[in-house]
Amino acid sequence: MNKKNLWLSGPYLVWIVGFILLPLVTIFYYGFTTAQGGFTFANIINAVTDSANLKAIGLTVLLAALATAICLLLGYPLALCLSRIGLKWQKAVIFLFILPMWMNFMLQMVAINVILEDNGIINTILTALGLEKVHIANTFGAILIGMVYDYFPFMLLPLYNTVSRLDGDLINASKDLGAGPLRTFFKITFPLSLPGLVSGATMVFIPAISDFAIAEMLGGGKIMLVGNIVEMSFTKGQYYQGSGLAILLMAFVIISSLITGEDGENEGGAMLP
Amino acid sequence: MKKLSAVLRGLYIGLIFLMLYLPVMLMIVLSFNESRSAYEWGGFSFVKYEALFGNETIMEALLTTVVLGFAAAALATLIGTLGCIGMLAMRKRVQKTVSTVANIPLLNADIVTGVSLMLFFTAIVGRMNSVTLLASHVTLILPYVVLNVYPKLAQFDPSVYEAALDLGASPVKAFFKVMLPDIFPGVLTGFLLALTISLDDFTITYFTKGQGLNTLSTLIYTNRIRGILPEYYALAALMFVGVLFLILIIQIVNIRSAKPQARGDKQRIRR
Repeated sequence: MNKKNLWLSGPYLVWIVGFILLPLVTIFYYGFTTAQGGFTFANIINAVTDSANLKAIGLTVLLAALATAICLLLGYPLALCLSRIGLKWQKAVIFLFILPMWMNFMLQMVAINVILEDNGIINTILTALGLEKVHIANTFGAILIGMVYDYFPFMLLPLYNTVSRLDGDLINASKDLGAGPLRTFFKITFPLSLPGLVSGATMVFIPAISDFAIAEMLGGGKIMLVGNIVEMSFTKGQYYQGSGLAILLMAFVIISSLITGEDGENEGGAMLP
Repeated sequence: MKKLSAVLRGLYIGLIFLMLYLPVMLMIVLSFNESRSAYEWGGFSFVKYEALFGNETIMEALLTTVVLGFAAAALATLIGTLGCIGMLAMRKRVQKTVSTVANIPLLNADIVTGVSLMLFFTAIVGRMNSVTLLASHVTLILPYVVLNVYPKLAQFDPSVYEAALDLGASPVKAFFKVMLPDIFPGVLTGFLLALTISLDDFTITYFTKGQGLNTLSTLIYTNRIRGILPEYYALAALMFVGVLFLILIIQIVNIRSAKPQARGDKQRIRR
């Protein structure tokens, strides 16, 4: 279009440079300098060698991997089931599945606490049935449940988008040529759904690996994830160590997005069906 | 056999549906519970709503959340829409670079975006305040505006705009009379989605808000040790209904403005 309009993007470009690029430069600056201002790798090395950090990294990766796996195991069959509903209803049903994610994030955490607490809904029901109470609140399990609940829509949408566009002719051809349902699934349906699967997995794994709020709200402050250490470093003013860890988190994000070719637009588009 | 698998499918869909809605429904039902305890039904009442509206701290945080959301969404829509118009005049390679950088906040972990903004603001203005919070929210939601506006603008026929100029309209008039009506659905959904994201944000707010300033999310987080206040049930119900309303408008605008060809374009954007 008109070259004369180029200047209109001025504020936008200034914003991108000022509030996206410069803050990233700042965090890299802190990540690679000492408090005295000299260049150092110590903050990055400390991020991956400090024993408390290592423990947190292990726990975080485990938690994020479990959350991703559970979302996948729940979401993939669901996407397949949803893609078989009559076309007229599909969009509306998907909309209904995404809707609960729009309840305020913190209030979601509160609601999950109401369910999981020692005197919460689950335990009230168990007691009424004459069964033993279960202790879930403030444990690893509670954080896992919170993550799965919160990030499930991020898995479901890319999966559904891929599965619902599978070419039905290929599946019919496979059946016509004598393949059973299992063989058809593993030879046709599953390989063709891989892009959605990978995209969904990234979109769950990235927020899961960098979370601190779910861990704090549902873990009762007892379980330290990488995000919690980053948060504590920054609120305590330890910017140099904190930046080292934040750069480590960024490395995780970059690696997983390189593996999957995710460029962020998917997340923007996936907020709504 | 066919029937059985259809029943199983229905059961599975129903089960997941139930799990997803349990927390939401629970909060809404309990918001009308007379009893202070969450686990006994004390009869239908509005006491929790009265408590909510009487709680000055929460109401103040609610006001902050809403004002911040509208201000950030309005600013982001303005900057983003103008940015999109300018971007059309760029060469493809430049355009690609700009949108890659612009999408960083979408892809990056929120905590990294949050702490990098915090460090940056600490370095240039010393301490966080309501302006740094506003600027951070605009940064967070700008990509959503652009993702909604740009596809509409790319479909817009520039010769119509040029015809308006040739016929003597000023560029500003041509924009408001010709271009804006055509891209308006994208601008509106961009604004509403940006508003929704801002209302829901916790992490970016947490790191970039000034001391003593709280949105609902940070207020609940800060008060987590006090446990679950009765006000939260009413708040959850109201927030859910409010956001439901926003999302419904977005869906309706999207469906009504999606011409067959436009739909194809949108899907290509989302892949």
